[in-house]
Amino acid sequence: MLWVGASIVTVAALAALVGPLVTPFDPANQQLALRLDGPSWTHLFGLDELGRDILARVLAGARISFLVGITVVSVSAVAGTLLGAVAGYFGGVLDDVISRAVDVLLAFPGLLLAIALVAVLGPSLGNVLFALTIIGWVGYARLVRGQVLRAREFEYVQAARALGAGALRVLWRHVIPTAVPTVVVQAALGMAGAIISEAALSFLGLGVQPPTPSWGTMLNGGRAHLLDAPHLTLFPGLAIALLVLGFNFVGDGLRDLADPKRG
Amino acid sequence: MFRFLIRRLLLAIPVLIGVATLVFSLIHLIPGDPVQAMLGDSAPPQDITALRERLGLNRPLYAQYVSFMKGAVTGDLGTSIRTNQKVVTAIGERMPATIELALASMVVAVLIAIPLGIVAAVWAGTSVDHAATTLALVGISMPTFWLGPLLAIIFSVSLGWLPVSGRGTLAHLVLPAITLGAPLSAVLARITRASVIEELRELYVLAARARGVSPAGAVLKHAFRNSLIPIVTVLGLQFGAVLTGAVITETIFAWPGVGRLLIQSIGARDYPAVQGCILLIAITYVSVNLLVDVAYGFLDPRIRYE
Repeated sequence: MLWVGASIVTVAALAALVGPLVTPFDPANQQLALRLDGPSWTHLFGLDELGRDILARVLAGARISFLVGITVVSVSAVAGTLLGAVAGYFGGVLDDVISRAVDVLLAFPGLLLAIALVAVLGPSLGNVLFALTIIGWVGYARLVRGQVLRAREFEYVQAARALGAGALRVLWRHVIPTAVPTVVVQAALGMAGAIISEAALSFLGLGVQPPTPSWGTMLNGGRAHLLDAPHLTLFPGLAIALLVLGFNFVGDGLRDLADPKRG
Repeated sequence: MFRFLIRRLLLAIPVLIGVATLVFSLIHLIPGDPVQAMLGDSAPPQDITALRERLGLNRPLYAQYVSFMKGAVTGDLGTSIRTNQKVVTAIGERMPATIELALASMVVAVLIAIPLGIVAAVWAGTSVDHAATTLALVGISMPTFWLGPLLAIIFSVSLGWLPVSGRGTLAHLVLPAITLGAPLSAVLARITRASVIEELRELYVLAARARGVSPAGAVLKHAFRNSLIPIVTVLGLQFGAVLTGAVITETIFAWPGVGRLLIQSIGARDYPAVQGCILLIAITYVSVNLLVDVAYGFLDPRIRYE
């Protein structure tokens, strides 16, 4: 599963990197006379409601998806790991403040808080990144806090402390590394989550705004043409499902590697 | 048990206060003047002043906060700018549709997930298991905002079997319920598989087989029944995902629920209605989680003493 997932992700990453450079069509170029034309040898995925090549837009949209996934996951993972480690290691007031913030943010189901934040801040890629990071870090923080609570009792951690190592050194060198495998698994699954969330927000009209090609925005545009041009909906959706499936395979495979009992 | 119940209720109070505080602060996160944002740049100054007064935004922040919290407790979430209707009334009118959709999607999820999870567990490690596990992962990966239109293309547009939008008959419910239930069924199938595999390793299952209970009987009457607690717990905890999914599903199928009201209110910059919807969905989510927690403590005494 891990290798299937890694292959899907690699192909998608290559398509996002190289695709827009080799495709003969500009994703923004409109051919109004050919609007809603179905798939053909010239336009493999067909044309959209403004006569733009859907394959070129799917490839350009892949860049947005990777950008969102990488940004949200890296910022969330770093912030969540640091805050979770601090909360778990030092305890006390710091732990109380961080844990209560986590509790409150987790009290909002899934995307709801992101929808609310983007609704008030206004629809844009920057606000989507901000909103998804705000809901993203809490998962890492909770996970790492739990790991750190266990790890700080390990004998080698206590030995390091007894030898006079400072709190930051103990955290950085001995405690946080124990949480890394869990964070990596969470990050792979988080990529899938961030990509699907961005697409959902864009589908609702709250994310990336037209004419920038995002898979969610393309699906939103396809809704009005379900009857006469279903290919507008088919291909961007397939792209999202495949990439998310790839990251889920990777996350699942890594989890089995980290915890052989699960496999 | 009573102490456990009281402790769980008391722990939920600060979370609910935090949720309400965050929802209150939403309107103040709007860049610039929130009233101007609601009415648009061309709104006359007297309209802006009138709305500012009506929403109480001309009062000091602490006074606004106190009155918002008081309203949240007494069920007064203000008035919609778009429809002039009480937000609570608007949500109340649409809540039955959302609950109907959520429950139907959970039924769909259970009907798909339980057999799939049991089959995968019984044949664990075989190609049947791999197929079922992959199917579940595909289900999790398939976005509802793609699955919904896809089902509509097949069953409404091509075959003409089911209506594409609206609410009224059972036929209207089928596509939205499948769309919303599919990802949940994938999550549940994985939990069912893991849980049944764990129970199948227990000695009491071996004992049942030794007593002459058929393989199917040992799985269904013994292993599956004991694996129900985690399955029911996850079903309850996934209610939040259902509520969020409902926002998207209701938008796709023009289902007149709270989720659609939220998206319509966002479109109209009707922020009191947005705040009301968000607050109510979050409170429902916290309450369901609390119920699941309490039920779990009731079913498994070890939880109460932790």
